[in-house]
Amino acid sequence: MSATADRNATFLTSVRAVAETVAAPLADEVDRDARFPREAVDALREQAALSCYVPPSHGGDGVGFAELAAACFELARGCAATGMVFAMHQIQVACITRHGIGTPFFDEYLEELVAGQRLIASATSEVGVGGDLRSSIAAVTPDGDAVQLEKNAPTVSYGEHADDLLITARRSPEADRGDQVLVLTRGDEASLEQTGSWDALGMRGTCSPSFIVRARVAPEQCLPIAFAEIAAETMVPFSHILWAHVWLGIATGAYDRARAFVRAQAKSAPGAVPPTASRLSALAAELHAMRSEVAAATDEYAALIESDAGSDDLLSVGYAIRINALKINASERAPRICSAALGICGMPGYKNDTPFSIGRHLRDALSAALMIANDRIHATNAALLLVHKAG
Amino acid sequence: MDDRIRQVIAAYARLGVDAGELGENDDLYTAGMTSHASVNLMLGLENEFDVEFPDHMLRRSVFESVSSIRDALLELTSEAAA
Repeated sequence: MSATADRNATFLTSVRAVAETVAAPLADEVDRDARFPREAVDALREQAALSCYVPPSHGGDGVGFAELAAACFELARGCAATGMVFAMHQIQVACITRHGIGTPFFDEYLEELVAGQRLIASATSEVGVGGDLRSSIAAVTPDGDAVQLEKNAPTVSYGEHADDLLITARRSPEADRGDQVLVLTRGDEASLEQTGSWDALGMRGTCSPSFIVRARVAPEQCLPIAFAEIAAETMVPFSHILWAHVWLGIATGAYDRARAFVRAQAKSAPGAVPPTASRLSALAAELHAMRSEVAAATDEYAALIESDAGSDDLLSVGYAIRINALKINASERAPRICSAALGICGMPGYKNDTPFSIGRHLRDALSAALMIANDRIHATNAALLLVHKAG
Repeated sequence: MDDRIRQVIAAYARLGVDAGELGENDDLYTAGMTSHASVNLMLGLENEFDVEFPDHMLRRSVFESVSSIRDALLELTSEAAA
């Protein structure tokens, strides 16, 4: 095996161990108490997994994109909140790695991230922009030698538990809503004033209440290129693909339980195929379709970011339509699969305290359609399809 | 041709600046064109010049400035003439 393949395999083995031995056993408790999955995140820190995507030049393991995505799947299969926290953190790491390397501040920061296994949260949503990632009201405002900003954020996932924050804001007080930059704040450079609660239907362990974020940082803590490009080349595709792996993990977790249920039925009456088995077959087919679509999107993106011409392709209308379609399909399929698994398990699936309980999976999966609402994504693709011919 | 391109930009790109004042290499996205406005610009150009941009041309680099749009239109119209 090559050194790269070896590194990737070791990484995935250690993440799988965290998923099975730490994340999964605590998943019910994390969900019930709506508390941060700190044991699993600490275990990932011990494996240096928070810096796995940082390239070796900056002290990280430089694991491949496909392996990073597979790690999100493995974690979410055991505990969706852990998988989602890990995925969101890696999206921030990727924005810095892919667009900050080469500037002294971010080069140094990545080394700090590796050494301290720092957890990064994101403050991209904002009250008043109608859920549009590509609009900000908050503005980077000069303040002596530094810059400051204040943002009214409706959800900051694990904000209270993160070491650092990546925040979108307008480039200056005069800038247009769409003229945004990404700002990194470390430790107490930002203060979070909690303004709401997080007693949610699912994804309870992500601890995502609303906050007013206030920050004061050096000007070089803004990533050097426009957020429009960071979003198109990295944040949007990373989010949609890593989230899709989280949702696939949830769906697979539900499938695992439905399959165990059908097998238990079969074992209790050998010789007859239980009636639920054909429903399991339909479920397996749907899971297979979801897995194939997610894998195809992962392979396409991995190839684009490794090729020289990839960046131009990522900024094409065709790519935007495809990556948006992935988000819509994966986010709709995951709760459908969980719901079908519940239909197979019946009452033992509906109850919250059996080995076949599906409630947590279903509730977690229902968040998928709301994270960047599918209606908004359909509206975007509707506009793009006015010019795109192949669809 | 540049004047007609600028007229379409003025009508659809919703820039913070006057389209007549743009340098031919000025970045329209930096000047405030959103991706939604860029779709309208593409449609406006197809209508004004009676062309259809093939999918491989539908990318940021093609619509980022007056000169890149002119290059794309020239390529399409020379293909049509050939």
